[in-house]
Parts: sequence; structure tokens; C-alpha cells
Amino acid sequence: MGTAEVTKPTGSDEPYLKVNDLRVRFETEDGVVKAVDGVSFSVARGRTLGIVGESGSGKSVTSLTIMGLHNPGRTKITGEILVGGRNVVSMRDEDVRKLRGNDIAMIFQDPLSSLHPFYKIGKQIVDAYKVHHPSASKAEARKRSIEMLDRVGIPEPQRRFDNYPHEFSGGMRQRAMIAMALVNDPKLLIADEPTTALDVTVQAQILDLLNDLQKEFNSAIIMITHDLGVISQIADEVLVMYAGRVAEHGSVEQIMKMAQHPYTWGLLESIPSLHGDPTVDLRPIKGNPPSLIHVPSGCAFHPRCPYRMMNPGPCDIDVPELLPVREAGHKVSCHLPEERRRNIYRDEVSEVGVAQ
Amino acid sequence: MIPQQATAPVAGKRGGAPLLEVQNLTKHFKVRGGLLGSKAYVQAVDDLSLTLRPGETMGLVGESGCGKTTTGRMLVGLIEPTAGSIRFEGRDITRRRGRKDRQDIQIIFQDPYSSLNPRHTVGKIIAMPMVVNDIMPPGGVRKRVQELLELVGLNPEHYNRFPHEFSGGQRQRIGVARALALRPKLIVADEPVSALDVSIQAQVINLLRELQREMDLAFIFIAHDLSVVRHFCERIGVMYLGKLVEVGNRDQIYGAPAHPYTRALLSAVPDATKIGESAGRIRLQGDVPTPLNPPSGCRFRTRCWKAQEICATQEPPLSPKEGGSVAACHFPESGQFI
Repeated sequence: MGTAEVTKPTGSDEPYLKVNDLRVRFETEDGVVKAVDGVSFSVARGRTLGIVGESGSGKSVTSLTIMGLHNPGRTKITGEILVGGRNVVSMRDEDVRKLRGNDIAMIFQDPLSSLHPFYKIGKQIVDAYKVHHPSASKAEARKRSIEMLDRVGIPEPQRRFDNYPHEFSGGMRQRAMIAMALVNDPKLLIADEPTTALDVTVQAQILDLLNDLQKEFNSAIIMITHDLGVISQIADEVLVMYAGRVAEHGSVEQIMKMAQHPYTWGLLESIPSLHGDPTVDLRPIKGNPPSLIHVPSGCAFHPRCPYRMMNPGPCDIDVPELLPVREAGHKVSCHLPEERRRNIYRDEVSEVGVAQ
Repeated sequence: MIPQQATAPVAGKRGGAPLLEVQNLTKHFKVRGGLLGSKAYVQAVDDLSLTLRPGETMGLVGESGCGKTTTGRMLVGLIEPTAGSIRFEGRDITRRRGRKDRQDIQIIFQDPYSSLNPRHTVGKIIAMPMVVNDIMPPGGVRKRVQELLELVGLNPEHYNRFPHEFSGGQRQRIGVARALALRPKLIVADEPVSALDVSIQAQVINLLRELQREMDLAFIFIAHDLSVVRHFCERIGVMYLGKLVEVGNRDQIYGAPAHPYTRALLSAVPDATKIGESAGRIRLQGDVPTPLNPPSGCRFRTRCWKAQEICATQEPPLSPKEGGSVAACHFPESGQFI
């Protein structure tokens, strides 16, 4: 595979989703939460963008904002979200609703709480179809739903159509969710930790399924996860988020094999490998992720960064810009000089955890 | 590798008297099922035997519903076994255990939120095992609590705080401190890091590894994350549907697993060191069957690509295999893996 991944054709030349300098803020009693703070990225059809980060890094808020699922009364959004050229941020609610489920669909982490326990699986998929195809007949919608259940690998879809969510196993529920998300042929699919609640063998089935469906429908996929293993298996490009900002952005090879941001290093050094020397201790990132109300000054990662440059600055004073490095497509927001980062990666990081 | 005898197929290679000997441990939960309220049994754990030496770390892996948690709880005495025996330092503790045995076997739970009483201070939580057991450590309970807090990397001044004032990783450290309060010999850790963020997970794994080395603690480490288990455990037992299907040391299980299920499980782990979908991966079809009515013979046969007639009629016993591990399979795999 290797090199073929990088040069995979991007389908149409214009990315289907473009996010420009997105900022999302929530007003709370304790202060303003800067959940997303100047994030830009784009995804073309047929490509998968992985967004990695720990809890509170802003990865889920980013996706909910793209779907228009935020609470408009409490949220302040600036920047642009262009879906097929239309800006979702300035769109009226009804127009966003037409987009949602039709052009953009989402799969959530917990299929049990995202399926309605009271309605049959089939009915829920039919409803999703009929919202965007009001002229479709009952029989047509049913046929389409059974087709989708079959497509996502549910055995005996005719019979399963009349089951309730509790009659499905965890993996089957997630498949049903995917069927529901894909019933209207969305051009963009957002998957928020779709396999976190599943066992590994079922997770592998679901990831394979997403891969197959992407090839078939040529959809753009955003895969949000904290699992770098999942990322390396499914993503073409990776966005590493920390405290609502982009720490690093590049192809999956650039992030997994030549990462340049100290936070990405920390993640790589924190995960035990299936192959490396098990006696080598992990090197965890010290401390805890920051509160998004009181984001540290300068680089948000500086209090936890072992390589920070301070007294005098700049790490605790200036917010680093996301700048391109030598390899095309790889961008890093870090004040350390590029040569130094390369040396640190080679000498220290590549010995520990999955970086081994 | 010491040649293993058929009578003690699952012993480790460490010397000395065994700390824990489990034989034919079985737990069937009674549930109402079927028509007319007939009784049915969930065969959660069936005929599980293993031996653990002092200071040894053993991992139990498997998918949800394979019985690994039930096994852990039986070892700690939270669930009474249906059949079989548990011996600790030679004493039978299957039905009744003395105070000393209860002190020597402690547990760390998965969820750092629900396993700490929100109305108790951290000091009270960690002191509770000592209070319950009427133990007065030299220098007083508070001093011991502060020592423990320091040992697990928390500020000893924080004994007066409540659990909600701590983050998830810190709470898990509190759980570890509580488990260590009585200086146990064996800790059953049930998914101790799976609720934590990646960077915090590594902090807790490093802490447990340090404590294990320093205090020569024996661990039963229950987890579904195979790379974490490989990192932490010398020996690994793989469970499927209530059965132990393969046991071996780290290199045997990860390097040359014999049971097809072990291979499938390892194959399914998304490997962060490999980019892209890799060919030749084993993909299991379908889901785990219900433990109410497990398949006859080998329980894995319904999902196994090597299954033949004998697999349905005869249950394969655990026996030594080519790669060095002990596995329950009629048609074991051989050779290096990946």
C-alpha cells in the first residue's frame, strides 16, 4: 500500500468540505469556553480525515458545528464552514436541516442511545429516508431501507427490519446506525468515535465496512477518535487537536512516522506497541489537559511540554501559527525550530511506544 | 521454556510455591428464560484453571461477555463460584476466606467515577480498608493515607478533598491507593485504564508497573486492550465465551499463538505501527453466541474457519502446542504470527 495511499486521487478537485478559521465559543456561568479556536481543514470526496485528540480537545464540537447541532442561543460561531460551496454558519435553520441527513450524515459513539428504543429499526431508517424524499412511497422507502440493512451486512434484513434496537447486538446496532446515515447517499459522513464502544473483532468489521462503503459511494469521511490505531488504519490525512486548536496536520504517514509536534510525540509515546520491546517504559505526557475556559497563554501545550522554550518566551507568550514544514502538506504549530524537532523525533521519540 | 505437564497445563515459569491456584472454576448465573418461566443458566465462566506465582503478572483478555470480569470477581470473593476451587497460598478460599486472605487480595475497578463514594473524602476512602479491618498502622491512619497518596503520585495534602475535585486519572490513582492500603499480595485489576484518556492511561500503566516491581505484587490484569496487556503482563490467558482457550507467556501469545481465536483477536487490533488496511488479516464473521446456550464441543467453532465435525462433538482440552503455549483446539495454528 504505502506510497499509493498518499497519491490516491482526490476525486473532484474542489474539497467537498472546507472549514476556514472556525471559532466556537460557549457562554457559561464560569466564563467563556473556547471549544474551537481557529481551526481550518478541508476534506475531498473519497478521502478520510482523522481528527485525533483527548477529551476536551474540541474534536466533537467541531463535528457538531459542521452538522449544525449546536445550541444557537448559547453558541457563538465565527469563520466559515463550506459544504459543497454553501456556508453552513450563515445559513437559516431550515436550510441546514435540508443538508443534514441528506448531504451530511453522522454516526455517533453509542448506538444504543442514538437509536430510539420505542421504534423498530426499520421504521427509523424509513423515517430518515422520507424526511429527504417526501414523495417516496411507503413500499419504496421500505425497499430502500432493507437494501441498506443488507448493504451494511445485517443478515436476514427482511426479518431484521421489524426488530427493535434492543434485539440487536452492539455491532449490529452500529451497523444499523451506519445504514441510517447512508440511506440518503450523503456526500460527507462524520463518524464520532464509531467503534469505541465495540469489541475489537467487531470494530475491525465496522472499519472494513466504512472502507468498503467509502469506495462504493465516494463519500468524504471525517473520523473522530482518540485511537491512533484506528487512525492509521482508516485515515488518509490526520488533524491532531489540542485545547481547541490544531497542533499538527498532515498525511497519515507524516503524523505516524515523522510527527513534529511535542503533543503528537506524547500521544505516540503513551501507547504500548504490539511489536516493540515491552520492557521499555511508556513516556506519558505529564499533567492533565487544560480547561477550555482558562487556556494557557501562548502555546496551549506549553505547561505540559518537555521541550518548551521560556524565559524569555516565546512558548508561553505567543500562540504558534500552523506553518508548513519541509514535506508538502505537513503543517505544525510549534515554536521549536524544524531541525531541532527532527532531531528530537529521531533521537528520543522513535524509541518509545508505537513510534518504535 | 520448561516442559509443561498435562496435569498443570497453565502454570507459569516462575519458581516457588504458587500464590493462587484456581481449579475448574465455574460460574453459572440463573436467569429466567424460555417459555413458562423455565430456568436457564448463563454459563459465564466454565471450568477455568490457572496458577499464579508470587509477583507474577497475568493478563486475562477477551471480548465482552467472555467471563473475564466474572473470573476476577470470583477471585476477590465478590461472587461465589458455582463449582471449582480457589486456593490462595495453599488455603482453600472458595467459599469462605479468613480476614488475612481477604486483605491479601484486592481489586481495582474500571470506572474511577462510580467506584469512589462521592460523599467521602479521599482520606476516608483510602483509610476505609484499614478501619474495616481494625488495623492501626504505626504512626496512625492519617500518616499511612498520606504515604499512600504520595506513593501513587498524588499530593499528600489532598486527603481532605472529595473525589469530584480530582480528574479521572487522579481518581484511578485513589483507587490504586485504596487497593494498596492493606499491603496485598495479589491485585485483581479490572480494566484499570480503559476509561482514561491516552496520555493519562500511560501515567497509570507506568504507576502500576512501578508498584508491581517495587512491591513484587502479583496481578490478574483484566483488559480488552491487547497492546496494554502485552506491555504489562508476563503471561496471558485468552478467554472466549466463558472458557480459557489459550494460555502462554507474552512471546508465545503475541509471537506464535496456537488458537485460531487468539490469532483473530490479534489480527483485529488496529495496529498504530502499520498504516493502511493490511491484507491477510483474519476477519471473524458475526457476533459472539449467547452464553445461555453456548455451542457444543469447541465454543468457538461457529466462527472458526478451521472447524470440522469433531469440533462440534468433542470439546478440545487445553494441551501444549508447538509455539509453546497451551491451547484448547483440535486444529491449532502453527508458526510465527505477523
